[in-house]
Amino acid sequence: MNKQISLAHSVGLGFLGLACFIGLWHGLATSGLVPAVFLPSPVDVYDRFSTLLERRFAGATLPGHLAASFQRFAYGFVLAALIGIPLGLLMGWYQVLDEIVSPLFDALRFVAPIAWVPFAALWFGTGIGGPIMIIFAGAFPPCVINAYRGAKFVDPRLIEAANMLGTPSHRVIREVLLPSSVPSIISGLRVSAGLGWQSLVGAELIVASAGVGYMMVQGQANVSTTTVMAGMVAIGLVGLALDSALRLIERIIQRRRGLDQ
Amino acid sequence: MPRRVLIGFVTILVVCILWYGMTTGLGIIPSGRFPSPAETWSALIHVSGRGYGGGDLAIHVYTSLRLVVLGFLFAIATGVPLGLLMGWSRRAEAFINPIFLIIRPIPPLAWIPLAILWLGLGDAAKMMVIWFSAFVPSVINTYAGVRNIDRPVLEAAYMLGMPKARFVTEVLVPGASPMMFTGLRLSLQASWTTLVAAELVGAFYGIGRVLNVAQQDLYPGMILVGMIAVAILGWSTTKALGMAEQRALRWNTAALAARG
Repeated sequence: MNKQISLAHSVGLGFLGLACFIGLWHGLATSGLVPAVFLPSPVDVYDRFSTLLERRFAGATLPGHLAASFQRFAYGFVLAALIGIPLGLLMGWYQVLDEIVSPLFDALRFVAPIAWVPFAALWFGTGIGGPIMIIFAGAFPPCVINAYRGAKFVDPRLIEAANMLGTPSHRVIREVLLPSSVPSIISGLRVSAGLGWQSLVGAELIVASAGVGYMMVQGQANVSTTTVMAGMVAIGLVGLALDSALRLIERIIQRRRGLDQ
Repeated sequence: MPRRVLIGFVTILVVCILWYGMTTGLGIIPSGRFPSPAETWSALIHVSGRGYGGGDLAIHVYTSLRLVVLGFLFAIATGVPLGLLMGWSRRAEAFINPIFLIIRPIPPLAWIPLAILWLGLGDAAKMMVIWFSAFVPSVINTYAGVRNIDRPVLEAAYMLGMPKARFVTEVLVPGASPMMFTGLRLSLQASWTTLVAAELVGAFYGIGRVLNVAQQDLYPGMILVGMIAVAILGWSTTKALGMAEQRALRWNTAALAARG
């Protein structure tokens, strides 16, 4: 490893990096080398972003589109967690179920979530059902895999101790197996939220009549690069907020366990 | 594990029988919703013989595979060196990390409209989004891989006065490679997802194009063929990468054992 640098030095370099990035972007956009249609300056994108907060584009304001997207995301994500986590846990506890489900799961894993779009549209329409199915397809596998890992890799000594002390099996599940799989489940939820949010954007680009993805497609069709970029910023911000929220929950749970022990 | 294989085999068999039974046999699932095995077969014959969505199956597979492989290789060629640099130099890390922090939350799929605006519906736009989706995981995992190298190994290399070039090829790259390959696998998956999405949004050839046209034509047999093609391509490229990994990590028995 290269030599260590002080915190102040590192923060300074960080700001310099950001300034270079934004400066380069702004310089390139305003220099006239690249047409403004292709590369609007950061200021233009900011202006467009604030306009979209109030003025409607493609049927709704930006908060309106975000609300539509978020609603779909919430349904798909909750559904994936409600089905995926119990399935993963059961697969971890009961070997037969693991042996039955795993081959199917492995076969389906290689189908990119976004490839479900045509069937989703055919089965559930392009309103809210279709996109929910795509989000589900993206968010489901990490839920199952992490719950499975959490259930499978419990310290065997804990189970042996519980069994030896004659704990009834429902209490073993509730008080030994479940608590020790929580950290893995939560980190699975974080991965799922990321993939689900990304699948949502994909679904909305292809089939939807509202939502941020739809707004971006309309922006693209109208050659409004600022709208597309404003949409990217909005998607990034929501994704970041989601991830931070789940990270916070993860940390709270870890801290509580630290105190428990 | 013969028991595991046997149960897996029986499961797949039961699913196939159910598929046949529910569609052709009992007709519970109408063919407008999900194709029967016969319809799927005829769709496969259709696309590989007469062609569908602008070309035959070989052209679509070739187009998609070529784009993923090229985009992926291009992302590795740019992402791995940047990751090595960021892992090695604290200054480079401090300089570049904040830029990553603001770009990373934007999912690769969200770059598709911008790529189409900039580069149109052809191969260049797809290369751009694939590069983007594969670039970020390869940088981050290479960087984490370098940080995971045991300090004594690095110090020994320094102390023995190893020349810079040899230090990179014989210490940095091999040391980071277990994590690097994890990143490459994520990159590969991301590449496929992004390519299919980009082709669904707009393309002239490719598996995503087949899926898109089949969706508009309400042709469930062809949709299933497209999905199976995506799965097979994803599976075989992942296997190929796994083989490369086995070769590259042959010296590192601990890392190989950890991977099973």
